[in-house]
Amino acid sequence: MKTLQEQLRGLDLMTSAALGGLSVQLQPIPGDVEVIQVSIEQRDALPIYVTCSDSQVLCMCYLWADEDVRAERRTELLETLLDLNPSVPLSSFGRVGKHYVLLGALSRNARAEDVAQDVAALSDNAIDALDAMSEFLN
Amino acid sequence: MSVLKKLAILMRSSVREIGESVVDANATRIYEQEILDAKHNVAQARGDLTGVMAKEMQSAREIERLRGEVARYEALALEALTKQQDTLAEEVAGRVAELELELDEQTKAHASYAVQVARLKELIKGAEAKIREHERQIVMAKTTESVYRATRSIADSVDGTGSKLLSAKESLERIRQRHEDLSDRMTAAEQLEREVGSKALEAKLAAAGIGPDADRRASILARIRARAETSVASGGADKPAVSE
Repeated sequence: MKTLQEQLRGLDLMTSAALGGLSVQLQPIPGDVEVIQVSIEQRDALPIYVTCSDSQVLCMCYLWADEDVRAERRTELLETLLDLNPSVPLSSFGRVGKHYVLLGALSRNARAEDVAQDVAALSDNAIDALDAMSEFLN
Repeated sequence: MSVLKKLAILMRSSVREIGESVVDANATRIYEQEILDAKHNVAQARGDLTGVMAKEMQSAREIERLRGEVARYEALALEALTKQQDTLAEEVAGRVAELELELDEQTKAHASYAVQVARLKELIKGAEAKIREHERQIVMAKTTESVYRATRSIADSVDGTGSKLLSAKESLERIRQRHEDLSDRMTAAEQLEREVGSKALEAKLAAAGIGPDADRRASILARIRARAETSVASGGADKPAVSE
């Protein structure tokens, strides 16, 4: 099986093209699983992280953490996320530990072009999601 | 219990902190071992199946042959009887009896092979379903693990560079900034569009001979012509008509 880095060669240019020419940079993150950070011009607060398991390529964007949620509106937030989930193109809401994430999953053998489309959609969706959910956050 | 159910219980109870492995490595190993065992069983059952199916075909052929032999000897016995060779006929009948015994055995064997084939096919189907199910469970477990481990790596890496990971407030601030940026740019673009748009309109009007600039060229030419005529009248046609 190819390493993620090999598989995603050219992801920066392809993602940039998918985002209408915004500059995109890739950076591997050290650790015990392969993770590649995708930083997008003007969106540096919301990088996308690409990682993989045996069967999937996963693109993640960390939105906010448990402590950012207004306690009195938590249930409302969770219900809104569930309600919105089917409407968000290519991405799903989720939570990893205390971090709320937006997540896109592709086949382990996905082409870099497909991952680029997913990363671009994820980035756009993440901005929309933060904007839409800001009323529930501190 | 399915992995999904186990995960749900795990996540609800204690292991909300990243850093601890969510998936029991031991359970994963057991699953993987079960998959390996099941695959081994399937391979073996497939081998057995081929053998039994071959025997089933052989016994079918043997039954065919024995039936032929019975028919042939019965015909011979009939011929012996018609030729009054009763002793010979009896001997042939003895041979037919032996053949029928053999045929009986082969038929029983054939039936038992058929049963075995059906059983093995069932076994293989079951084992393959089990493999698929285990593999699905493993995928869930491993994906969960990847997500958690990646998040830990990312958190470590971001902490290491001094910036705070995943602050919603900061993100929102930046996004608002970006929106303002975008709206500034849109305003600028609108202005530009207006300016360019009005210039384009003026140019069109001038081309149509409408507006203050429209006949400037014509009036200048008329002025110069008038001077030229004055100059001709005063006899200085070769002199330039400009600069006084």
